[in-house]
Amino acid sequence: MKGHVWRPLFVVIGLVAAILVFRMFYVPADFGVHDQGYTFGFHRLGNEQEWKQFPEKYKGTEYCNECHDDKVESISKSGHGIIPCEDCHGAAFNHPEDPEKLTVDRSRALCLRCHSELYMPSSQRNDLPGINPKTHNEGMECSECHNPHNPSLEEM
Amino acid sequence: MKRREFLKKTAVFISGASVSLSALELVDPKEVLAKNPDLRWGFLVNTYKCVGCGMCVKACKIENEIPWDANVTRTWVERYVITKEGKVLADSPKGARDGFTSKLIDRAAEGKELVPDKEIAQAFFVPKLCNHCTLPACVQVCPVGATYSTKDGVVLVDRKWCIGCGYCIMGCPYGVRFFHPVVHTADKCTFCYHRISKGGNTACAQACPFGARRIGNLRDPNDPVAKAVLTERVGILRDEYGTKPNVYYIGLNKEVH
Repeated sequence: MKGHVWRPLFVVIGLVAAILVFRMFYVPADFGVHDQGYTFGFHRLGNEQEWKQFPEKYKGTEYCNECHDDKVESISKSGHGIIPCEDCHGAAFNHPEDPEKLTVDRSRALCLRCHSELYMPSSQRNDLPGINPKTHNEGMECSECHNPHNPSLEEM
Repeated sequence: MKRREFLKKTAVFISGASVSLSALELVDPKEVLAKNPDLRWGFLVNTYKCVGCGMCVKACKIENEIPWDANVTRTWVERYVITKEGKVLADSPKGARDGFTSKLIDRAAEGKELVPDKEIAQAFFVPKLCNHCTLPACVQVCPVGATYSTKDGVVLVDRKWCIGCGYCIMGCPYGVRFFHPVVHTADKCTFCYHRISKGGNTACAQACPFGARRIGNLRDPNDPVAKAVLTERVGILRDEYGTKPNVYYIGLNKEVH
């Protein structure tokens, strides 16, 4: 065969070889078909570990209980006892080191998430005491009258 | 070619061609075993218990570092209001990040609509998140192997490997995937893989005061979620897509997709 046929063929073979060499270095060793098979498990195995190391922010009421056990015990008996501390007090992150103090959300908007009156007959929302935010002391913070740790209206 | 020879060769050819390709496929024992591991994460949502406070959405955004004001979220809550005339109205302002505090239903271009209480037949909330399907359509379409299903059935995105083509965002029938505006890759719910793999709860389930959201091991018959899935009347979303979702709903209505 003539040289003009072979030459481009060599170029192509060279290119393919170059791509294969590049791939060898670029694609990590743990990349391949794993547990879930070719269709759903074709991935870099190390990424699973990376996701497992993602930092946690919310630590849960049990974590609060390690130091604030008196508060957790008394509040858990109130009507708001089902609400996790961090829902209002904010995510713990690495409290008490960082941040030293948590920013408490005392806003009216937070209370209204549950206590703005909506007619939801197929939902538990209907069982929660609700107010009309337009007519119920508009502009005031709820905590000026209500105690969020003891929401009982008789003990106000 | 002789007649006898021709007939012989034809018979061989036909019997050879009739062997289906799948019969020649080699069975990978790893793949077969992976179909029945002793851990398979599943999720249970009780729509009766959900009050639409949106604390789950807030917790998810903070826990997973999803930009607060960007119009993307890994989980959201939908409000459904069905009138006595049979009209279905649904909204999810900001994915319910700030809960539902108004009776006005956001109807996008048509503006806000107020349905008088006496006209409402049914009204409820439906929390949504990634279904971590057994046969995830989003994973199948990834051209680079950046999204995958783990051994315990969680669908994840490799942020280093994702090229941001967006096929998976289009491929998901549930619309749970989005383009992360900071990381610049596809993003989705991970079932809080960093929490559940250490024995913890997901951030959304932990933030829910009413226990409307729960995660559990579907392979453990003593797990409360697995028990509920086996014994209660649960539904799944968009069964017709054949993706075999692993998020089960108690109190699902036909109006919910």
